[in-house]
Amino acid sequence: MSRKSEEPLLQLENLSAYFHDKRIIKDINFSVGRNKVVSIMGPSGCGKTTLIRCVNRMHEMSPGGTATGKIIMDGEDLNKINTIKVRRKIGMVFQRPNPFPTMTIYENVIAGYLLNGIKIPKKISHEIVEDSLSKAALWDEVKDGLNKKGTYLSGGQQQRLCIARALAMNPEILLLDEPTSALDPKATSRIEELVVQLKENVTILMVTHNIAQAARVSDDTAFMYLGELVEYGSTKEMFTVPKDKRTEEYLTGKFG
Amino acid sequence: MTRTVYLKEILEDEKMIKRRIVQNNFSGVLITFISSLVVVPLVLILFYLLVNGISSINLDFIMNLPKPVGESGGGIFNAIAGSLIIVAVALVLSVPLAVLGGIYLSEYPDSKTAELVRFSNDILQGTPSIVIGIFAWVLVVVPMGHFSAFSGSVALGVMVIPLVLKATEETLKRIPSELREAAAAMGVPYHRVILKVVVPTGLKGIVNGILLGATRISGETAPLLFTAFGSPFMNVNAGKPMSSLPLVIYNYATSPYDEWHKMAWGASLLLIIAVFGINMLARIFVSKKGGR
Ligand SMILES: Nc1ncnc2c1ncn2[C@@H]1O[C@H](COP(=O)(O)OP(=O)(O)OP(=O)(O)O)[C@@H](O)[C@H]1O
Ligand SMILES: [Mg+2]
Repeated sequence: MSRKSEEPLLQLENLSAYFHDKRIIKDINFSVGRNKVVSIMGPSGCGKTTLIRCVNRMHEMSPGGTATGKIIMDGEDLNKINTIKVRRKIGMVFQRPNPFPTMTIYENVIAGYLLNGIKIPKKISHEIVEDSLSKAALWDEVKDGLNKKGTYLSGGQQQRLCIARALAMNPEILLLDEPTSALDPKATSRIEELVVQLKENVTILMVTHNIAQAARVSDDTAFMYLGELVEYGSTKEMFTVPKDKRTEEYLTGKFG
Repeated sequence: MTRTVYLKEILEDEKMIKRRIVQNNFSGVLITFISSLVVVPLVLILFYLLVNGISSINLDFIMNLPKPVGESGGGIFNAIAGSLIIVAVALVLSVPLAVLGGIYLSEYPDSKTAELVRFSNDILQGTPSIVIGIFAWVLVVVPMGHFSAFSGSVALGVMVIPLVLKATEETLKRIPSELREAAAAMGVPYHRVILKVVVPTGLKGIVNGILLGATRISGETAPLLFTAFGSPFMNVNAGKPMSSLPLVIYNYATSPYDEWHKMAWGASLLLIIAVFGINMLARIFVSKKGGR
């Protein structure tokens, strides 16, 4: 392999996304380094969810959803690769928890294998389940009821179950859409720890409204406003000396 | 007077609140009364059937074959078996088609084909059963040269398609798209998403639709008159004419013999009990098996 690790893992080039004729995000350009955590911030409705849904090409699944521009991962244009392959490399945790109601907690964690028809030995699947649930800070709460339905869990527990489900697939990039918005402070800090710890193997794009959280866990931050990328760069710099007035206003709570 | 004081006054006006409570209670009683009127026809039907039919129902009636005119006794075992066979074959023929159609309409709702299928399905649902009977007669009976249980199943199968298809479509449409996305986001191909996520999640609703469809066709008479035709003998061969409960009711009730009238009442009661039983089954099935 000749690729150097300093090369960015993910590059967005002139990315625009539409719902029908309405342009939701406009000409976004940035690149994400390997093993970095990037926060995506901005006021509600500015297009954060839409942006990360473009990265694993889920946006085109929404009715009326289209995108233009390039998304390059490891030098490959993701638009030219089958979505099935794209999504096996890029995992996603949605803004609203969505465990499978027909599956038990155990089955939900290994759902990616079950649904894809990938057979794994019992022993390995037990390991994956325990490991993923521990990382998602849920193991202790559910280890005695792994055969209960996933939908019996509370909202915050369901969210962690969905995080575990994404982790179980060993993604190279993980897209997290406000992963801690429904969690209590303890679970939130466990997830933050997880994000930092995952950095060794995974590159993470995380939408968050929590400024302190972005400051704690992310290397870089993208600040969006009305579908545009206003500012992109090192989190530390942006949070101390924001270049754009809108970023400054957002960070000081003037809007959003 | 400030706005808050004004609002406080009108919101806490004791007389208004009392009046609203009375109104609320009254409308509650009224709604309960009106909706319970729905039960009246059913209760009356059940009452008449019980009064007239219960005396003819006994083990002989269920287990024996009909006797020739003039001889007393005899049962309708062949009609019970015939109904089961005809309805079962009808479901086997139609359910796969209807469920696949329902899946298609729910998962690809906007395609031109979907529009056509939905339209045809609505027309089919409104088609009189006798017309469907004629259709099966032209399609199956005429080429075969004789009546057969199979042609009856074809007629009933065509009748039940719109019901099962609609039930499937409506059930699957109510499944949140987030679930499909959750699976798709893990690289699951769409056909597997449908097979492994969408259908299992909606299975209860689909099965419920099939059971209700079964009760609907199990009482149909008109489409069977010139297809399954009926038979006084025991027959399990779907290629030959076969008896069924609605046919027996029709034939016995229109006969001049008092004893046959009584048997028609008995058969009617039996049919209602079966329909009731399947409905209960559907309810139990829907309420059990947890999940949401
Ligand atoms: N399915 C859809 N169809 C049409 N427009 C949509 C759809 N989903 C989102 N939008 C629009 O796209 C814009 C961006 O939405 P998006 O969900 O990406 O915002 P967001 O930044 O994630 O907001 P939040 O912080 O509230 O989650 C919004 O203006 C919204 O109205
Ligand atoms: Mg969002």
